[in-house]
Amino acid sequence: MKSSEKHTITALVEDRAGVLNRISSMFRRRGYNISSLAVGKSESAGLSRMTFVVDGDAKTVEMVVKNLHKLVEVIKVSDISEENAVSRELALIRVKCDVATRSEIMQIVDIFRAKIVDVSQDTLIVEVTGNEDKVNSLVDLLDSFGVFEVMRTGTVAMSRGASFEQDKSMNSPRILENAS
Amino acid sequence: MIKKGSQIVCESLLREGCNVVFGIPGGAILPLYQALPEYPELRHILTRHEQGASLAADGYARVTGKPGVAFATSGPGATNLVTGIACAQMDSVPLVIVTGQVNSWTIGSDAFQETDITGITLPITKHNFLVMDASEIASSIKEAFYIANSGRPGPVLVDIPRDVFVQEVEYEEPGELNLPGYSPNVSGHSGQIRKAANLINEAEKPVIVAGHGVIISKAYDELKELAEKAQIPVITTLLGISCFPEDHVLWTGWPGMHGMAYASFAIEEADLIIALGMRFDDRITGNPSKFALNSKKIHIDVDPSEIGKNIRVDVPIVGDVKEVLTRMNTHVGAATHPAWLKKIDVLKEDHPSLDIPETSKLLARQVVRDISDETKGGATIVTGVGQHQMWAAQHYRFKKPCTFLTSGGSGTMGYEVPAAMGAQVADPDSIVWSIAGDGGFQMTLCELATIAENRLPVKFAILNNGFLGMVRQWQEIFFDSSYVSTGYTGNPDFVRLAEAYGIKGIKVTDKTQVKTAIAEAMDHDGPVLVDFIVEQEENVYPMIPSGMTVYDMIEEPISEKVTN
Repeated sequence: MKSSEKHTITALVEDRAGVLNRISSMFRRRGYNISSLAVGKSESAGLSRMTFVVDGDAKTVEMVVKNLHKLVEVIKVSDISEENAVSRELALIRVKCDVATRSEIMQIVDIFRAKIVDVSQDTLIVEVTGNEDKVNSLVDLLDSFGVFEVMRTGTVAMSRGASFEQDKSMNSPRILENAS
Repeated sequence: MIKKGSQIVCESLLREGCNVVFGIPGGAILPLYQALPEYPELRHILTRHEQGASLAADGYARVTGKPGVAFATSGPGATNLVTGIACAQMDSVPLVIVTGQVNSWTIGSDAFQETDITGITLPITKHNFLVMDASEIASSIKEAFYIANSGRPGPVLVDIPRDVFVQEVEYEEPGELNLPGYSPNVSGHSGQIRKAANLINEAEKPVIVAGHGVIISKAYDELKELAEKAQIPVITTLLGISCFPEDHVLWTGWPGMHGMAYASFAIEEADLIIALGMRFDDRITGNPSKFALNSKKIHIDVDPSEIGKNIRVDVPIVGDVKEVLTRMNTHVGAATHPAWLKKIDVLKEDHPSLDIPETSKLLARQVVRDISDETKGGATIVTGVGQHQMWAAQHYRFKKPCTFLTSGGSGTMGYEVPAAMGAQVADPDSIVWSIAGDGGFQMTLCELATIAENRLPVKFAILNNGFLGMVRQWQEIFFDSSYVSTGYTGNPDFVRLAEAYGIKGIKVTDKTQVKTAIAEAMDHDGPVLVDFIVEQEENVYPMIPSGMTVYDMIEEPISEKVTN
C-alpha cells in the first residue's frame, strides 16, 4: 500500500562550494519532492547539517536516504521521521493591523508564545517558533487580519535523548541491508 | 620541490598507474599539453573529436579494469566529452577526465570558451572537482582515481583553470585520502550471506543472473564455482555477456527485450533468482510489477541504492561480487537439480531464438555468426547500439571473459569506433572486431584517422542495411511501417572512405563472400573495414515490447522478407 506522507531526514555534509547544488540536483534528477530544506553549520568545523522534509511513501524515502548517502560529500544520513524527534521552524509574518485590531492580534500572538518584533503604523511583524503545524495555525489565524508576507526557515529537527552514535546511522551496513 | 600545476597533473597520473591519455588540446588546457614532452611514459593519443576521447577511455577502462583518462579543453572541448561521460556513468566504467577551464579570475564572466563543466556533469559523474589552487591538484587526482575505481566504478571529472596549470607551488606527495563521506562497503554482511546460501540450498529451480559487476570484480572463477557446485543455470545480462563461457553446459543466454526467449522464460519459471552485480534494468524486467513473481530474489550489488530500486528483493547483500561469492560459496552445498536442468533444455528446444533462416540472402546475423566462427569466440567485440548490437550479443559465442564492450545503459550510438580504438590500445595483441551499424559508425568515424595514425589493427564490420535499423523496426511494428527519417540513402562508399584514411576496405554483397572477407581482414596486419551490404529489413527477434512481460514476447515470425 502506498501512502504519501512527510518524512524528516537529516544529513551531515561537507561544507564546500557546490554541495547544495549536488544534493538538489540528485533530488531533481530522481524526481523526489522536497517540501522544506534547512542548512546551517554543525558542531564540527567544515561540516554542515541539513534537514529535509520529503514527501513520499516509505520506498521513496528509503531511496532518498540511499542516494543521499551515495554522494561523496555526504557523511551521514538519518531518517528521523519514525523517531521521537524535536522539530522546529521559525517564521516571520508581516500582518496588517490598525488601532482596532492591534490588541486582538497581540492576544493571539501571546497564545502562540510568539513575539512581535516590529511595529509600524499599519503593520506588525510576528516572530514564531514551533513545529510546522503550529506555524501553519498561526498564519491561518492571522490571515483574517491580512497577512502581507510570510518568511519561513524550513524545519530543523533532532532526535530526542539519543546520543549521536545511537542515531539510525546509514553508515552501518546492517541497517542498510535491513532497510531494504 | 617547486613544480608547476601541469607537471603535478602528469606526475599524479603516473603515480596512479596511468600511462595512456586520450584527448585534444585547446586554449585552456594548453599549459598541460606543453608539459607532456617531459613525461614520455605518458602516451597521449590525439583523437579527432572529444567524444572519441571519452569513449576511447571507456573502451580502454573496460578492458584494463583501470580508469581510462581523457583530456579536453574548456567550453566545447569539455561539452563534447559529455556523451562519453554519461555512457560511463550508466555502465559503471571508471574514467578520470581532466578538463582545462578558463583562468580562475574570469570564471563566471562568460569568458571565451567558458562552460560550467562541473555543473553540467554533476548528474552524470560519480563525483567532480574544480581545483582552484595548484597545491590541491595532487590530492584531487588521487581522490579522483580512488573514487572512480572503488565501490561501484564511475567517471570523475577534474576541472582545472588555465592559470592553475602554470601556478608554481611546493610539490609534496599527497597524504592519506580525506574522504569522510565515502567508504564503499565491499565485504557483505555475514548473516545475509548465510541467509542467501540457505535460500540457494533450499531452491529447486534456481537461476543466476550475472551482470557487469561480475566482470568489474573479476569474479569469473567464483561464479563458475557456484554454478557448477550447485548446478545452477547461468543467465547473463547484456553487460554481463562473456563473464561465463558460452560453450559451458550451464550457460543459458541473456534475457529481456531482445534476449533469448529461453532465458526470459527460465527467469519467469525459476523459484530463486541469484542476481549478481546487476540492476534489474527495464530492458530485462519489462513491467517490473509483473516480473518473475514466482521467485525469491537474492541481490548482490556494491551500490546500496540499486537494492530495492526497481524490484523488491528478499535477501539483499551490499558488497563486491567476488568477495561475497567467495564467502557465500563455502556455505553452498553441492546439488544437482536434474528436473530443473531438464526443463531448461526443453525451454531451449521450444524457444530456439537463435536459429538463422535458410536463405541465400546476406543476413546481418550470419555475418556475426561467421565472425564468431572465424575468431573461435576469442575476439574482443565492440558494438554500437541498435540491431547490430543485439545480433552481436545473440550470435557471437563468447569464450573469453571481458570481451564484449557495448554501451548498455546509455545506448550510445557511435560507441563502436572510439571504444574499439580504446580496447585495441589497452591490449595491442588482442583481436578487436568492431561490429558497427552504418548509422552509428558515421557518428564517430572521424576516429578512423586516429586509428590509422596509431596503426591500430581494429577490424570493422559494418552491417550496412541503409537504415537506422532498430528505429525502422519499431516503425514497422508500432507505426505501420511508416519509415520517417530512418532511411540512410546518402551513405558514402565506406570502402573508398576507409581507403581515404589509408585503411584497407573490403565490400561484401553476397553471402558466399563473407567468410573469405573475414579471413582476409584477419590476415591483414593493420586496420580493415569490411562493408557488409546486408538485408535492409531484417528484424531482431525475439522482442518483448517495452513495458510488457515475457508472455507478450514476439518470437521470430516466418517472414517472407528473410526467407526465400
